[in-house]
Amino acid sequence: MTSNCPKGFSISPLARDLPPSGIREFFDLVIGMEDVISLGVGEPDFATPWKICDAVVDSLRRGMTSYTSNHGLLELREAIAEDLLKRYGVSYDPATEIVITMGVSEGMDVAMRALLSPGDEVIVPEPCYVSYMPCVSMAGGAPVGVPTVIENDFRPQPQDIEAAIGPRTRGMVIGYPNNPTGAVMTRDELAALAQIARERDLFVVSDEIYAHLTYDGEHTCFPSLPGMQERTLLMNGFSKAYAMTGWRIGYACGPRSVIDAMVRIHAYTALSAPIGGQIGAIEALRNCEREMQDMMREYDQRRRMFIHGLNEIGLPCFEAKGAFYAFPSIAGTGLTSKQFSQALLFEEKVAAVPGTAFGACGEGHLRCTYATSMDNLKESLTRMKRFLDKLAAGEVAVPA
Amino acid sequence: MQEVLKLLEQDARMAPAEIATRLGLEVDRVEAIIAQAEASGILLGYSALVNWAATDSAKVYAFIAVEAIPEHGKGFDAIAEHIALFDEVHSAYLMSGTSDLQVVVEGDDFRDIARFVAEKLAPIPGVKTTATSFVLKTYKIEGRCLQERKAGGRLAVTP
Repeated sequence: MTSNCPKGFSISPLARDLPPSGIREFFDLVIGMEDVISLGVGEPDFATPWKICDAVVDSLRRGMTSYTSNHGLLELREAIAEDLLKRYGVSYDPATEIVITMGVSEGMDVAMRALLSPGDEVIVPEPCYVSYMPCVSMAGGAPVGVPTVIENDFRPQPQDIEAAIGPRTRGMVIGYPNNPTGAVMTRDELAALAQIARERDLFVVSDEIYAHLTYDGEHTCFPSLPGMQERTLLMNGFSKAYAMTGWRIGYACGPRSVIDAMVRIHAYTALSAPIGGQIGAIEALRNCEREMQDMMREYDQRRRMFIHGLNEIGLPCFEAKGAFYAFPSIAGTGLTSKQFSQALLFEEKVAAVPGTAFGACGEGHLRCTYATSMDNLKESLTRMKRFLDKLAAGEVAVPA
Repeated sequence: MQEVLKLLEQDARMAPAEIATRLGLEVDRVEAIIAQAEASGILLGYSALVNWAATDSAKVYAFIAVEAIPEHGKGFDAIAEHIALFDEVHSAYLMSGTSDLQVVVEGDDFRDIARFVAEKLAPIPGVKTTATSFVLKTYKIEGRCLQERKAGGRLAVTP
């Protein structure tokens, strides 16, 4: 029991040992500062398309304010199944193989609790989204990080995955296009991971929340690879592609027994995802392709401008081909990611998240989102250039 | 060319260098595309989108539904082109539905437009009827809402 615990309470070892998110730590520094240009936001800067909002307003007028099935609205599951079949040729039974979750975040938690036994190991290529590792841990499992490096454009190498597999390894969690690096994986590269999964009898949880934000080429949906649908849990949602972060709607598709196990947990912890968000998600899939494509086009243009700009000011940046993040190297400055982020924030009021918030191998990098206006991106490049000049001239007080 | 046109439609002042960076093209290529679009009448001009209601010299607009008599062999083209030549005419369209032409007229005040309709538009041979509707308030022009809707309340740092 911790000493500062209120009377009668004790904090569980699980919660006590859960490391605080590196994002949270940085957020605490930024909060309260004025005139900050934030490149630290992991969500679209667009408002949800009006058609979606309008459909939800209409549903409220019609009194649609109830719980839904634990699985989620059947109409939404049918729309998801149609969408996945049309885009990637993967087929799921809406009645039994899809569950609507409160974002991928809840889906990941429920999935790990449904799949893992105490001590089971799960391979997680890093850097990765902040919740993968804690979700494995909270389910009693042991996450095994596999570092990726800029020399391979932050793509996991099959031999590194192989080397991390042990007798307790049950599966792997992958997320491409990737947050924080913006890395994507080609069909052939994913096929190499699929082969490992097949040979070593592993499950694969594939977080494809950034699938639509794939530039220069087609996104490969992991379960579309030969033999992979039966051993993959596909996760996706509406937050990024349709600018619906606050609506909290995600989904998981997989084998019936896995979805059934997930629904049993989800039913006790969430009951159902919010109905308003589900109605909005139906509208998104049925009628918002144009709005989504317009947003994607804008991200792509910002991506080109911003990555080009980072390279020009002397922060080497590989060409991220997915999501809405650039992951420039700051190693040449001699500062750690944390020192650089803090100094940049204090000196020039630009907030970019230290790469280490997403895994130790993110050291030497910053995560900068380009989900902000072109004007903000241009101004942030100007400020970052000024910061680098001051740093080179020894005019920056570097935090310890 | 489509992508270049879309960007210019969004911001006519966007420089070729910026268009090139955004689209991953060479600047020379962008300049050539723009020159070709100008020469072939695809890019008609570069005008500003003005919300006149927010100024001291607010303009008045009217949508005029015109019923016209088509000419043999020319249909409505001759009369529509005749109408379009007036400076007061902001835009003119051939329509489906109950009226034949939709003419948007711009004036300094209501009387200005009434005079134009009575003295110029209605007397044109071939114009049968006109129905004038004045714009009382503008909510959206050329795809842009006057009351802009932005994503608000984002936290400064999120995962």
